[in-house]
Amino acid sequence: MFLSYLKQHWLSNLRGDILSAMVVALALIPEAIAFSIIAGVDPKVGLYASFAICVIIAFAGARPGMISAATGAMALLMITLVKQHGLEYLLAATLLTGVIQIIFGLFKLGDLMRFVSRSVVTGFVNALAILIFMAQLPELSGTYGTVTVYGMTALGLAIIYLFPYVTKKIPSPLVCIVVLTAIAVYFGLDIRTVADMGELPDSLPVFLWPDVPLNLETLQIIFPYALALAVVGILESLMTATIVDDFTDTSSDKNRECVGQGIANIGSGLIGGMAGCAMIGQSVINVKSGGRTRLSALLAGSLLLLMVVFLDEWVGMIPMAALVAVMIMVSIGTFSWSSVKDLGKNPKSSSVVMIATVIVVVFTHNLAYGVLVGVLLSALFFANKVGQILYIGSTLSADGHQRTYNVVGQVFFSSSEQFIAAFDFKDAVEKVTIDVSKAHFWDITAISSLDKVMLKFRREGTEVELLGLNEASATLVDKFAVHNQPDAVEKLIGH
Amino acid sequence: MSKKVLACIDASPYAQAVCDYAVWAAKKLTVAMSVVHVLDNSKTVQTDFSGSIGLGSQEVLLAQLAELDAQHGKLALQRGRIMLDAAKARAEEAGITAVDERLRHGELVDTLAELENDTRLLVLGKRGFSSADAHGHIGLHIERVIRTLHKPILLTQQNYTEPKSIMLAFDGSATALKGLEMLAASPLGKGLPVHLVMAGASTAATKAHMDAAAGILRNAGFDTTVAIVGGEPETVLHQYQQDHNIDLLVMGAYGHSRIRQFIVGSTTTAMISKAKCSLLILR
Repeated sequence: MFLSYLKQHWLSNLRGDILSAMVVALALIPEAIAFSIIAGVDPKVGLYASFAICVIIAFAGARPGMISAATGAMALLMITLVKQHGLEYLLAATLLTGVIQIIFGLFKLGDLMRFVSRSVVTGFVNALAILIFMAQLPELSGTYGTVTVYGMTALGLAIIYLFPYVTKKIPSPLVCIVVLTAIAVYFGLDIRTVADMGELPDSLPVFLWPDVPLNLETLQIIFPYALALAVVGILESLMTATIVDDFTDTSSDKNRECVGQGIANIGSGLIGGMAGCAMIGQSVINVKSGGRTRLSALLAGSLLLLMVVFLDEWVGMIPMAALVAVMIMVSIGTFSWSSVKDLGKNPKSSSVVMIATVIVVVFTHNLAYGVLVGVLLSALFFANKVGQILYIGSTLSADGHQRTYNVVGQVFFSSSEQFIAAFDFKDAVEKVTIDVSKAHFWDITAISSLDKVMLKFRREGTEVELLGLNEASATLVDKFAVHNQPDAVEKLIGH
Repeated sequence: MSKKVLACIDASPYAQAVCDYAVWAAKKLTVAMSVVHVLDNSKTVQTDFSGSIGLGSQEVLLAQLAELDAQHGKLALQRGRIMLDAAKARAEEAGITAVDERLRHGELVDTLAELENDTRLLVLGKRGFSSADAHGHIGLHIERVIRTLHKPILLTQQNYTEPKSIMLAFDGSATALKGLEMLAASPLGKGLPVHLVMAGASTAATKAHMDAAAGILRNAGFDTTVAIVGGEPETVLHQYQQDHNIDLLVMGAYGHSRIRQFIVGSTTTAMISKAKCSLLILR
């Protein structure tokens, strides 16, 4: 039993997983260093985090083939916490993030992802790409932005994108790093290297408990950060899981993934790493290189740590320009190109949601706000659209004394104004019949609008008869248990 | 819908025997038969170690993977259909009418679990395509299938021989007694001589137990032989089976928890892997 589990989930794609793990590990190193720098901590914090998260997710995660590690989305949320309170509070926040994510998973909040529309997801991904790109700009501006740095970065990008035409057997980001490091060392170029950015790990990580006072004050400091980290981590992880689901034509348990991400973050915090989540770019690289099972994540994390610990002096010599080139590649690869191409084709409301999500994120540097705005906008647009499905017609009786209104469609907060406006109160008739049996009253706004209409008619001295309110108000209750009964649905929609 | 004998086939050499045993069981039970083939959705893996991603990589990668899978999927679909058609023809030749074919995507175990409600008896080769030549071992999925399904399962040998006698491995446990009652009530073994065999020391208590059990079978009209043989169950039961030339071994399965199995190993797994005849597993 255990053996067949091992065979299926770990060893079914041995060659592809081992090779892709190497590619991923090599690509993770510059990213982990770059993201540590964004967060304002030593590179070793990001490297330990990437190791811990990548390895733990291999066991605890729900989506084989997905790579999780220290990420830019998370790093951006930590900047002020690190600046104001220091590394120890970041580690404490990382632990709390893990706890919150586990709670999310246990309460099945992963299911809430269904409210995040396609446009919001695309906006999130594009915003993430822009943020990663923007995070590289400090390395290219001010005193660091010399001609040498520009030249090196351009050379790096050229190697990354042109080397695959020579051979696809060696990862081109690795070639870029090796070549640029060799040039910088050989010519003794005076440019910033990884060693200038802070301490690199020189030993295997050890277990440590964050050195913060365990009191309410600490909680007040870290909780807002932890909550934002947890939300953004879950969002990016579940989006990435969906992308990998599509690639591999398989499905994965989103709530279990939440718990897995939580466990991974707790593990990261306990060995001095920062919080992380799934990475879109790395997961694409993993699948592209042939990684499919849990083994690739396990090996990638382990290789990453081994390489960094034993090659720390060499890693320190890597010029920042090489990392910038790799990160620009990641940002370009993360960007959803089709979303720009289809901008004209998609309905305007979807494009607005996508662009609004991007703009909010770029200005707040917080992906959670972007998603919130995106989800709210999608809901509003949807309400507006559905509100248009309302028709009210009327017929006058032969003698001209009676009028019958036929209401067909959806009446709720968004369409109630339209509903009221459709009645002609100036029309002096003795009796009005309002037939609502083909309408749906979804909320109390709709009911109060109906009351208003009837009241207005009465005040004009008109007698009002209401038909079919029972059918129309069946939709008022909050839960319909009709999803598995076709005739019930038909009754509700078509009555 | 009445329940059916479900013959589960793949491209292994067991397919014909599975089909023949299913025919035999369907005739005995006088129920319809259906043949199932499960298309395992193992996806193709391409390799590009360049590790670089550019504009539109996601879209391009998805399109490439989908294209590769589409080609393989079509092929697998055709192959599965041919296999099922062959099995159906074989069953119809043997006199079974209205054999239905089911070609499903998914994991074997999950698919069988989905079909469980329509199933009276599942017929399955001892080993599948992926481990057909690993003699003396049991197939990759067998244990999970047995643990997941709550229907009787007939595990077949590679060659069909019409069952002439039945051996019931009996250990006196509640599982075994239930299995015995099922056998007594079922038309499957009607008319065949039954050997009721227990591995262990022959004491007065076990003898009484065995006689009571044999009584149930005799009442149901079975010609019953009782034997108690001393020694390790796996060894002596198989010895007995070979000595008496028995074609069908009936036993209960996995009466113990997984934890116990992990520590002491499972008698069921050992029995299945060593058996030189077909087995009827009762749950």
